[in-house]
Amino acid sequence: MSQDRPKRSDRRRTLVTPEGIALPLVLASRGTRFGALLIDLVIILVLMTVVTIAAIYSGIGLLELVGKEFDKTEGSLKYSLEFLVILYIAVMFLFRHAYFLFFELGPRGATPGKRATGIRVAARHGGRLTTEMVLARNLLRDVEIVLPLVALITAASEGGIYSWVSLLWFGVFALFPFFNRDRLRAGDLVAGTWVVEAPKSKLEVALSTTESAASGTSTATGASYKFGEEELAIYGEYELQTLERVLREDRHEAMVAVHEAICRKIGWNPGTGDERAFLEAYYTQLRARLESGMRMGQRKADKHA
Amino acid sequence: MAVFSLSKEATAEAAIEAAALRSDRFRQDREADWKRLEAIVTRMEKGRLRRIADEDVLALPVLYRTVASSLSVARETSLDAATLSYLESLVQRAWFLVYGPRTTLWSWLGRFFGGEWSRAVRSIWKEMGVALVLMIAGTVIGWQLVLIDPDWYYALVPTDPADPRVPGASAEALKGVMFGNQGQDGLSMFAAYLFSHNAGVAILCFALGFAFGIPPLLLLIHNTAMLGALLWLHDDKGLLIDIIGWLSIHGTTELLAILLSGAAGLHVGRSMAFPGERGVLEAAAAAGQRAAVVMAGVILMLVCAGMLEGLGRQLIDDTTQRLVVGYSILAFWLAYFFLFRRVPVASDAE
Repeated sequence: MSQDRPKRSDRRRTLVTPEGIALPLVLASRGTRFGALLIDLVIILVLMTVVTIAAIYSGIGLLELVGKEFDKTEGSLKYSLEFLVILYIAVMFLFRHAYFLFFELGPRGATPGKRATGIRVAARHGGRLTTEMVLARNLLRDVEIVLPLVALITAASEGGIYSWVSLLWFGVFALFPFFNRDRLRAGDLVAGTWVVEAPKSKLEVALSTTESAASGTSTATGASYKFGEEELAIYGEYELQTLERVLREDRHEAMVAVHEAICRKIGWNPGTGDERAFLEAYYTQLRARLESGMRMGQRKADKHA
Repeated sequence: MAVFSLSKEATAEAAIEAAALRSDRFRQDREADWKRLEAIVTRMEKGRLRRIADEDVLALPVLYRTVASSLSVARETSLDAATLSYLESLVQRAWFLVYGPRTTLWSWLGRFFGGEWSRAVRSIWKEMGVALVLMIAGTVIGWQLVLIDPDWYYALVPTDPADPRVPGASAEALKGVMFGNQGQDGLSMFAAYLFSHNAGVAILCFALGFAFGIPPLLLLIHNTAMLGALLWLHDDKGLLIDIIGWLSIHGTTELLAILLSGAAGLHVGRSMAFPGERGVLEAAAAAGQRAAVVMAGVILMLVCAGMLEGLGRQLIDDTTQRLVVGYSILAFWLAYFFLFRRVPVASDAE
């Protein structure tokens, strides 16, 4: 937990909405984005393969039809075959160039791969994500994916100074997200977009409104927990949040440990068996104290403050 | 998790009324609004816009602002981390929808043809000039190279063995390529293939422009050098005007499209190299979005060029008619780009 915190905070950005509200954003990590890209590429390849097989079979079907029954309709066969080929070329073109556009212009701003990995496209400066932005960011995919791959294959199979130079050159575009703080790929840079973690929200139960928490009385043992001013004054908001997390995770060993730590700190004798009720009561009363301080304009960040 | 049965919750109600924190009462008062916004947002994210009641769609911006103000208040009064993070992500989700890409395809196309495309093209006129000069230079270079040594032809024009168009070919052989192909099969397939191929080249040309503009310049010169070599070959046999007609019917559109994509790429590269007073990032984004509009148009032009090349050129078998078609289309494009100056409605500019 403590180890990945600096990494994650490195990806934190703040977005200010037109209403002036600062919202925290987390940029998608490079690994997540690569995963999303792989998923999308696999989907595109599967779609292309399926369409190709279907086209081949319907082409064969058309030819067989003529051979058996419709000998006189050779003219219309020609047109149907022609139509089939045109349709095929158009569909392939759309798969290759319009797949990303179509999905990123949707309400979720994400392709299936991005949805699966929980990320989405957003405008970099807090404004509206426009059609032009999505167009621009997807026009550069050739330079970022196809050409580097071609260069890599050429360099690996043929070698030679020229192919290594081109690999180096296109490698710059393929690895662009590694060269800037915001993990922008070349397309993002040109479009004014970035890719962020899609917010997920589920409203958790309020911990302070359960019976034992609100009244300070344990429903299991009937014990009453009332904490005095100086017993609450030792902790701040950071500890309150830690306590909230422990209560939500609801792991017995963690609660026992925290219960012991608090009791030691405030000089109570730690009993056993009623840790949850104790912690809920302490959480609620600490929150009440800190929140009334907030209303007076006094905040206590942590126990050292 | 602190999950309590309903009966216990009911008995707890009284206690809540008496003892709950102020911030919890704040939450209880507004929770219905939050949940409603969450339900609307969830449905809209699933893309079932048609199934959402009109009143919900209308309520979205209002609820968004309500919940946003709940968040502001909660940040100042509540220490319930779960509620705060819920509100933050809910506001953010709603924000994505309220300020998301809201235009439908039709209204976007309306704005696109109604002035935005021609405006974007006009805004890159300098780069278009550079690209034009390069393309002319490429043609001249190609012509001169082959004039000096016809062997250059093989280096510039990718020839396949079946192609009769090589130095020393007879005028009849050259004419055979240009005329008398009306009866050919599969013309529309050919057109579709040409479109798909050229659109790929155009996108590539633009994408390379990102690399500070140098590769697309080489691409432009290389392609037009081929053109120059081809022109020389036909001029040698007195067929210059015929080859121009043969190329012009679609080439005016296709070359203009290639020119535009090169210019668009150059525009992005230039604004990154010389961002002016803005930051590089901002300049790149502004130029990239303008260029994207140009490129959307380029794709459409290439659809036209593909049809003209695949169908029109084979069906119209006369040089004069080919020239007329080619240059009237060119005149149409230029008039549309430079004379059509309607300012698009700024409804989406917020």
